[in-house]
Amino acid sequence: MKILFSFFTVVVLILLAYAGVNANMHFLFGAVIPYIAVAVFLLGFIYRVLKWGSSPVPFRIPTTCGQQKSLPWIKQNKIENPSSTLGVITRMFLEVFFFRSLFRNLKTQLYEGPRLAYGEAKWLWLAGLAFHWSFLIIFVRHFRFFMQGVPSVIKTIEGLDSFLQVGVPLLYMTDVIILGAVTYLFIRRVFIPQVNYISLAADYFPLFLIFGIAASGVLMRYFFKVHIVGVKELVMGLITFNPVEMQKMQEIGVIFYIHLFLISMLLVYFPFSKLMHMGGVFLSPTRNLANNNRMVRHINPWNYPVKVHTYEEYENEFRDKMKKAGIPVEKES
Amino acid sequence: MKIYDGGKIFIGLVIFVALFASPFYLNMGKAIAKPELKFDTPEIQRLEKETGKKQCVEPKEFMRGGHMQMLNNWRDEVVRMGNRDQIVIAGQKFDKSLQLACMKCHSNKKDFCDKCHNYMAVNPYCWTCHIQPKEKQS
Repeated sequence: MKILFSFFTVVVLILLAYAGVNANMHFLFGAVIPYIAVAVFLLGFIYRVLKWGSSPVPFRIPTTCGQQKSLPWIKQNKIENPSSTLGVITRMFLEVFFFRSLFRNLKTQLYEGPRLAYGEAKWLWLAGLAFHWSFLIIFVRHFRFFMQGVPSVIKTIEGLDSFLQVGVPLLYMTDVIILGAVTYLFIRRVFIPQVNYISLAADYFPLFLIFGIAASGVLMRYFFKVHIVGVKELVMGLITFNPVEMQKMQEIGVIFYIHLFLISMLLVYFPFSKLMHMGGVFLSPTRNLANNNRMVRHINPWNYPVKVHTYEEYENEFRDKMKKAGIPVEKES
Repeated sequence: MKIYDGGKIFIGLVIFVALFASPFYLNMGKAIAKPELKFDTPEIQRLEKETGKKQCVEPKEFMRGGHMQMLNNWRDEVVRMGNRDQIVIAGQKFDKSLQLACMKCHSNKKDFCDKCHNYMAVNPYCWTCHIQPKEKQS
């Protein structure tokens, strides 16, 4: 049900773009919606990050996966249980670039007895790594449509990606890898019972959407050809706020508008969804805090000034009564 | 609204926006040169005089997206299968050859091939085997 709902949402989006372009709404799908999408993405992203930033973190809550800093002869695990900024930076770097915490992913199985057993489950880590890196390379590679003189870095990345020189236009390795990885990430949600149980439409929808984006891109590059120079002219027109004329928009094939519309939808959906883990990974208190609870005094950020009544003030108030009752006082007057 | 660790968050957001929006400001104020192809080589003019129209082996719409696959197929047929049968278009015979057919008419590599290839930053590996034609024009 959740799967079908997500699947048909993406199908409807594709049909929407297809129908729109057939109804000559090129300007809407080729200029208006992309502009709105980029604006929603950037503003929404900033809003979400600032909203997270406004939540106080009262105490250090890093997940610790190794020996903490202790007595000098006990060896500290400086990456898994960092006590310094450098350690935190190393830990964050490995987390962001290599998904170190996913590497520890476990599968749990219940045997007769009952006996619980844990086993390694590295496929999620591998597929996640393949998916994210492919996505990044594809994203960077697309800058050749956004630059007048394309920097050599981007040409180099593209050259490495098409290094195998399979077919014409040259096959990009990342195109194959991302489709395979997304398919695995989907199959995993369907066939592993525990993962299936906790999967929501919000988990399936991005997978279908990203699969649609990658598949439409692959179809456009290798199968249904589009007027690619026209595509770049359209993109350059958009980023210089000088959109190309209608006739040029019509020359580009419909598959391009489907691709563009799905990307626009991804950008719009991004700030409201779990995809915000792109920014969120940097703001995870369980990752980005040093475990220095016992070394540094951390003051609760929501402490307010408490009204205190010191003994001195108390004695001033009740001195006469205390004297009468024979209670000793520190000051006589 | 108080932002905790505001400095770090601000730096992160600035980097993020600067990277994501880079096409907008990197291209700002630059004149965008669109590739204009030239179809006025002597051979094309002769063809136009003889047949009354400018005619490639396939229509423009196909050639725009499909020329690389056509060349690849020709390469496979000629080099790997030894099939050098000529193709006939509008009564004219053409070799299945980049240098002897395509470049015979489109002898202006700089004003034809390179225009779009440079614009799109693609670097086809034609000229790792073929000899680049020498062009007089600059």
